[in-house]
Amino acid sequence: MKHYEILGNKDTRSGFGAGLLEAGKANDQVVALCADLTGSLMMNAFQDAYPQRFFQAGIAEANMMGVAAGLALGGKIPFTGTFANFSTGRVYDQIRQSIAYSHKNVKIAASHAGLTLGEDGATHQILEDIGLMKMLPGMTVINPCDYNQTKAATMAVAAMNGPVYLRFGRPKWPVFISEDTPFIIGKALMLNEGTDVSIFATGHLVWKAIEAGHILASKGISAEIINIHTIKPLDEEAVLKSARKTGCVVSCEEHQRHGGLGDSIAQLLARTEPKPQEYVAVNDSFGESGKPEELLVKYHLDTPDIVEAALKAIARKG
Amino acid sequence: MKSTAELQTLATQVRRDIVRMVHAVNSGHPGGSLGCADYLTALFFRYMKHQASPFDIQGKNQDVFFLSNGHISPVYYSVLARSGYFPVSELATFRKINTRLQGHPTTHEGLEGVRIASGSLGQGLSVATGTALQKKLDSDSSTVWVLTGDGELQEGQVWEAVMFAAHNKADNMIVAVDFNQQQIDGSTQEVMGLNEWTSKFQAFGWEVLEMDGNDWVSIDAVIPAAQSKLGQGKPIVIIMKTEMGQGVDFMMGTHAWHGKAPNDEQLAQALAQLPESEHGDY
Repeated sequence: MKHYEILGNKDTRSGFGAGLLEAGKANDQVVALCADLTGSLMMNAFQDAYPQRFFQAGIAEANMMGVAAGLALGGKIPFTGTFANFSTGRVYDQIRQSIAYSHKNVKIAASHAGLTLGEDGATHQILEDIGLMKMLPGMTVINPCDYNQTKAATMAVAAMNGPVYLRFGRPKWPVFISEDTPFIIGKALMLNEGTDVSIFATGHLVWKAIEAGHILASKGISAEIINIHTIKPLDEEAVLKSARKTGCVVSCEEHQRHGGLGDSIAQLLARTEPKPQEYVAVNDSFGESGKPEELLVKYHLDTPDIVEAALKAIARKG
Repeated sequence: MKSTAELQTLATQVRRDIVRMVHAVNSGHPGGSLGCADYLTALFFRYMKHQASPFDIQGKNQDVFFLSNGHISPVYYSVLARSGYFPVSELATFRKINTRLQGHPTTHEGLEGVRIASGSLGQGLSVATGTALQKKLDSDSSTVWVLTGDGELQEGQVWEAVMFAAHNKADNMIVAVDFNQQQIDGSTQEVMGLNEWTSKFQAFGWEVLEMDGNDWVSIDAVIPAAQSKLGQGKPIVIIMKTEMGQGVDFMMGTHAWHGKAPNDEQLAQALAQLPESEHGDY
């Protein structure tokens, strides 16, 4: 099992803030909007550097999405900023009609995704957003795993043409992807080659998958660990190649079991070469208040849950 | 420049297009379309500085128009076609399979003249404000025009946009509210009786004008007056009184023709009131 050094402990939202500033430097067409959460989204640096290109939308997310579409229409590259819940469910129809159907080059930056925002509880812990957004035709869906990857992803989506949902989180989290790792949209990132089970992970759970890989290695199990940062379009070739090699699959995500990364993988395998698959995901439930680590334990998204899922998947190979 | 008489003839031709398009597929929204035929004819043939061909979806350095109440697509398509955005003959494909003239306007099939999808109500003003701000960022001094329904003002997002546009001094935008006082379930007064739009927009910091959208004298007085208010720090709205179904007597004074197509007999009756001109039917 490959060893990943922890390079720091930083929140992925700060990676977004840093990436946005870089994207703004690289291209003066990049603009940003925020719905009264500039500090939470770490958009202050961009706002300070480019006040003319920053729009405070107030607590009015529906309008923010429409304004972003209008800015994009004339050639700007807008990033909208608010929590993941208010970036998706609250404004689904605005995104659907004015951004996705109209194919506008808007980047929807969604912080505080999943359970790990913690104490604010279920009203703010959206676990359905990946499903909502991947259902929209033409929408790219990205969920990076650490600070460095989020920064790189932010810069990469600014450089591509088309609507993007970029999902990240609040808690400080191990940084382990090197700064110079290129971020290629739609290309899975191999973290550890293995032979017994394929673990596909996205977002915060990628680090948990690496921890699980070490435990599995101590039990003599060789886990292949692949970071799926781009959920849509899915890197089908990478998923199939790995599933074919190991013969069983575990998907890991801070999201509902319904409609998330796991379902995208299951659908691919069902269409091509079905394999035993175990889900590490929230099972048809809302979240609740608590510390991020406590929530991951309670909702079975922690390292031991990934180990257990891998053992089950291997046992089902028959 | 076309004379007012010529524009009136053109508006009548647009009305013929509307009833024929809706009749041909037994679906669509003739009432609001007929009511806005004069205004859109005036905009596209007299007041907007725009280039039909080649069509630039970004609308750089030209006036752009947004139809927020997308269900009145028949009038929009007719005016676009007759302005040269796409062939007039294509009006015959309205709402048919594989058409670019979808029931509600969209960019999805690449129809020239359309820059954003609309149909789900309440979104157009937000989009238009975004484009108004983009034009300001790019030092593009052209104007953003928007048409929205009055029933549509029941959508909360509209008021988010009204606040946002005033706060950001989107004074390069002229919005018209189609004040026909009708919506699907009845009169706006019955459905949601909040019609004091002038004082409402004024309270939000907008410049407000009132116009009769079916009277060319009023149109030619109020639109230039609205244009004279551009660049003065406030977004501009015209409360445009229209008659739903204007031009076809049995479609006027009722909400019944909001989304209903005429039958063969009714079509003949309607066309008899709308003389064909040298522009010709599609």
